[in-house]
Amino acid sequence: MAPLLSVQGLTVELVTGERTFEAVSDLTFDVSRNEVLALVGESGSGKSMTALAIMRLLPEPVAEIIGGRILFGDVDLASASEARLMEIRGDRIGLIFQEPMTSLNPSIRVGPQVAEVLRLHKGLSVATARQRVEELFELVRIPDPKRRYDDYPHQMSGGMRQRVVIALALACDPDLLIADEPTTALDVTTQAQILETFRDLQASVGAATILITHDLAVVAETADRVAVMYAGRIVEEATTRQLFDSPRHPYTNGLLGSIPQIEDALDTATRQPLPEIPGMVPALWALPTGCAFAPRCPLARERCTRERPPLAGMEPGHRAACWYPVEVAR
Amino acid sequence: MSTLLDVSNISKRFTVPRGMSGRPSTVHAVDDVSFSIAPGETLGLVGESGCGKSTVGKMIVRLLEPDEGQIRLDGEDITHASHRAMRPLRRKMQMIFQDPNGSLDPRQRSGDIVEEPLIVHGLGGSAERKAKVADLFARVGLRPDQMTNVPSKFSGGQRQRLAIARALALNPSLIVADEPVSALDVSIQAQVVNLMSDIQKEYGLAYLFIAHDLGIVQHISDRVAVMYLGRIVEIGDTAAVYRRPSHPYTRTLMEAVPRPDPARRHGRIKVPRGEVPSPLDPPPGCTFHPRCPIATDICRAERPALRRVASGAEAACHHAE
Repeated sequence: MAPLLSVQGLTVELVTGERTFEAVSDLTFDVSRNEVLALVGESGSGKSMTALAIMRLLPEPVAEIIGGRILFGDVDLASASEARLMEIRGDRIGLIFQEPMTSLNPSIRVGPQVAEVLRLHKGLSVATARQRVEELFELVRIPDPKRRYDDYPHQMSGGMRQRVVIALALACDPDLLIADEPTTALDVTTQAQILETFRDLQASVGAATILITHDLAVVAETADRVAVMYAGRIVEEATTRQLFDSPRHPYTNGLLGSIPQIEDALDTATRQPLPEIPGMVPALWALPTGCAFAPRCPLARERCTRERPPLAGMEPGHRAACWYPVEVAR
Repeated sequence: MSTLLDVSNISKRFTVPRGMSGRPSTVHAVDDVSFSIAPGETLGLVGESGCGKSTVGKMIVRLLEPDEGQIRLDGEDITHASHRAMRPLRRKMQMIFQDPNGSLDPRQRSGDIVEEPLIVHGLGGSAERKAKVADLFARVGLRPDQMTNVPSKFSGGQRQRLAIARALALNPSLIVADEPVSALDVSIQAQVVNLMSDIQKEYGLAYLFIAHDLGIVQHISDRVAVMYLGRIVEIGDTAAVYRRPSHPYTRTLMEAVPRPDPARRHGRIKVPRGEVPSPLDPPPGCTFHPRCPIATDICRAERPALRRVASGAEAACHHAE
């Protein structure tokens, strides 16, 4: 079956002050129906820029797509007209941002906000739209949906607001959901609740989902497949199990190692330092030749500083961009 | 064991205007909180947003005045110490914030930022101070040539290193660190946590480490205190609290933390019930009872006090064993 979304060689250029550089370089990945693909990376990895590019919400002319295709069904989003994009966004593609107030209007009651989308894209009557919104609120587990319909966003907690945003994203029964750090601003108990709702919805709604996050634990809890980004490129892509069980790229391996986990090293007397990734992410406008991770890599050899490794197959479903991939399973 | 910091029964209330028609009301941001920290020890203070953990930190460094209770540093009562009286005490106690930008003057060169506390406290001559600043830069892993840079030239991790260098300048015995690594990328978090552990051993520092990330708190703390709606609900040795959490809220928190292990995904998370109630209108009795899976009548009527439980920790729960 053809993937729902196929990103091929996507390259985004950023112009800031006197500098021009690629924020996203030659990105290629697919997402299928019923699948959650996580894009993971640290700040500056290009993960959020990728989401904005797919939605064509890049702050042009500061950031622009300068290469590649974003095939969504028979439409290339990278070159589609603004009119076509307007039809697709919020209808075929739903968006969830980190901060719910990015998507919500503070001065309009939450129910009517969601209803408006249904009336605009689906041409529903006022009464039908209201009924559908109440169903959606129920679906995303907003307690007492009939009463909460008339709440203003400020009358709700952060977790409830994020549920409204999820309802908004799902309103038109989209084919693709893009969630950019959807639980990062939430407390851990609220995060657990939202992630559970998210998993249940994923099973029932059947949309393809791109989950953008910095948090590998959130990935482990929700994603089917993972693409790890570093300095604007995918450095490793695998099923979630493959990635956590046997990461092949030293960056992925380092990231997994540096998360302080509950239960580890409980004995305070024999506590070991956290494994570190030395150094820091290079500036995108001053990337080293060869592999961008080489200066921080414990396994780097001469070739790494000379030639950039291609994203190559390691085993079925598992790709890594590394000349000397990690061999030992974790 | 000697005590460096002794906090007893501190409370802080804030008055909140309640919209257009309502009367102003009172939030008990911190309600009757007590704990102590020994020299060289780390106490982790955890809880979700609004639980009062940052307010506790601010009262200790005297950015806020407690309404009730007492704070003693090295035996000296600093609860209501005047600004002047605090000055010598500031040498013993420093603070590091989540966002170093708020505490680092953006126009000052970073070398001067680290030197400033030495000048303010009249410590050493110019040459001596410069040498000390160079030492501190090396110690926190910054390059000497970075001394002339303003903070905006630094990455987030480097700015936190700079804040640590400045905090260390006066050889304090206690550093209150409020979410010192939460704004940093994962790969940088580990670097800063390790740096904090290393300098703790070298300088014999004690930390009050305030954070919401239970993994990091476990990694750095000797003891842990868990706060919920302004109160400590559990406090004890890190191993006791993490291995055998006694308060139902502590268990809820621990279970809610996502684990980086896809093999254990399904059915593992016990999703906590409901939401944190408004601190403007906290429930009677135990404030956790509306969300608690084991609450009974007594929990709705009587507020439980902290008491010793089987794990060796103290928990404020009628039903903890």
